[in-house]
Amino acid sequence: MSIRVALPIKALLIVSALALSACRNPDRFADGTGGTNGANGAGGLGTDGVSTAGLGDPSNPKSVAYFNQSVGDRVHFIVDQWTLTDEARGTLSGQAAWLKANPEYAIIMEGHADEQGTREYNIALSAKRASSAKNYLVSQGIAASRIQTIAYGKEKPIALCSDETCYSQNRRAVTVLSLGAGT
Amino acid sequence: MLSPSFRPALYRHEDRMTRSHSLARILGPLALCLGLLNAFAAQAEEPHITFDTPVIEPMPYAVPDFVAEGGGAGDAAHNIARVVADDLTGTGLFREIPSGAYISGIASFDAPVAYADWQAINAQVLITGAVQASGNKLVVKFRLFDVASGAPLGDGLQFAGSAKSWRRMAHKVADAAYSRITGEGGYFDSRVVFVSESGPKDARQKRLAVMDYDGANVQYLTDSKAIVLAPRFSPTGDRILYTSYASGFPRVNLMNTANLSTQVLDEQPGSMTFAPRFAPDGHTVVFSLEKDGNSDIYTLNVDSGALIQLTDAPSIETAPSFSPDGSQIVFESDRSGAQQIYIMPAAGGEPTRLSSGKGKYGTPVWSPRGDYIAFTKIGDGRFYIGVIRPDGTDERLLTASFLDEGPTWAPNGRVIMFTRESEGAAGSATLYSVDISGRNLHQVTTPGAASDPAWSPLLP
Repeated sequence: MSIRVALPIKALLIVSALALSACRNPDRFADGTGGTNGANGAGGLGTDGVSTAGLGDPSNPKSVAYFNQSVGDRVHFIVDQWTLTDEARGTLSGQAAWLKANPEYAIIMEGHADEQGTREYNIALSAKRASSAKNYLVSQGIAASRIQTIAYGKEKPIALCSDETCYSQNRRAVTVLSLGAGT
Repeated sequence: MLSPSFRPALYRHEDRMTRSHSLARILGPLALCLGLLNAFAAQAEEPHITFDTPVIEPMPYAVPDFVAEGGGAGDAAHNIARVVADDLTGTGLFREIPSGAYISGIASFDAPVAYADWQAINAQVLITGAVQASGNKLVVKFRLFDVASGAPLGDGLQFAGSAKSWRRMAHKVADAAYSRITGEGGYFDSRVVFVSESGPKDARQKRLAVMDYDGANVQYLTDSKAIVLAPRFSPTGDRILYTSYASGFPRVNLMNTANLSTQVLDEQPGSMTFAPRFAPDGHTVVFSLEKDGNSDIYTLNVDSGALIQLTDAPSIETAPSFSPDGSQIVFESDRSGAQQIYIMPAAGGEPTRLSSGKGKYGTPVWSPRGDYIAFTKIGDGRFYIGVIRPDGTDERLLTASFLDEGPTWAPNGRVIMFTRESEGAAGSATLYSVDISGRNLHQVTTPGAASDPAWSPLLP
């Protein structure tokens, strides 16, 4: 992960995890592995929806926090594009290596867009971004069955201003880990 | 008997119509407001006003409080007249003469109208009405008069309904008046489904809500647990399509407005669905389906479940909208390298590119009248709402701002509502309305931030 915003990453991730858990279908959650907390304090997993994983200790290389902060959980895109930059490929290669070493995690690949587009187009564009990142991980040996993609369009910005300093952070694909890859 | 109006200036001289002299005189200035016909323009009092004149003179009218016939109708008699006035004045085409200027009032619904008193205050149109209340029921009667010629404009009408529906009866009075004066269909007795927004930009809460076209009677249809986007009414207004993230992934949902029950359409694992709209038949839904990152356009028959793929391209295909006759679909695609608008046959097939200007074009929506397609344009860092004819001519931009998007048509195809979002970290979304001549741009009242409006058909 090269450039980082000053905002505390952990806080962001917690917010993100809360938001995701709000989307979880409670029935599916009940059918999942809820209640069994892994070594990293992971939560339950839905069979089809979104799931959460505890962050753990960022100094532990097997923790989700380490993945998020040290490996880097996200890659960025140039305006209206979904092809991966060299920097993005580097980050994703690091992710692939970590995921091989930690096969118990499944992946939700979130695609996002900045606000400079219409709503439907941005969903389609962010689907292409999520898919680009997923395909790169697969090309690096990660099983496609471990990765689900979600297109959020411009619905979940993390940087709020209306200029390129924020837009460049919002055009992203984020690798969200959850326990239960079923491997 | 009246023809389509709101005709753009370029086409104004092509139509000639015959009409009663008194009606034409009433319509004259209004016809100009709407960019209408030179048959009327020739008779207008100010013949040099043209469509391009930036300032227009709205038609002066009077709508005294309706007559309360019997006890218990006094409030309704006043309130209904006020809603009629709000509807008509809100179009930007009419100017109400305040009651303080009246020389005489309307003491009885059936008494002869003192035309001279209304002529003296320059009213061109007079609307009179009466309200009877009995128990939980209201009966509303109204008449419309051409003041200058001293004659009624059409026959009187009567509406009956529950006391609760007094606003709807007022909208029906205003629709009848608007329709008789402009020759256009009405649109006041209609509803708008939209996304009600709250919370900061990075934790936006979104709920589906529905309201009268003027912002009254807001009802919420979903809670804010899941992101919901872009609701659309069925052709009869009995169902609403929308995109929900309730499953964790964007999926097209169908809600029955009578009982708010919902079902997910076409739940295929590993795919996402979004941007739904009904076909005019009310049984077919057209939408985008995403697989392996690629979005194409499909139709689904909601009765049989039959799924048909209409486009098959590696580019983005989304935002489909049927023509009102059901024969064609307009949609957006970036197959040329940037977002542009295309039209294809309803069963799929080779699309024809519609948009040709600089910039990107998206969210095309076919007018219920078929004569225009509304769109969002992006260029030079600004967003615009515009209209274009289905043959690609007569493109006009109606609005411009930091972020305007997602037009929806009023049932009469002459007014457009859309989302306008403000800039910056505190930016929020509001609903705006504009008519297709580009006039009368104004914000629509909503209880809070709001986006993604979709107009219902005219209510029965």
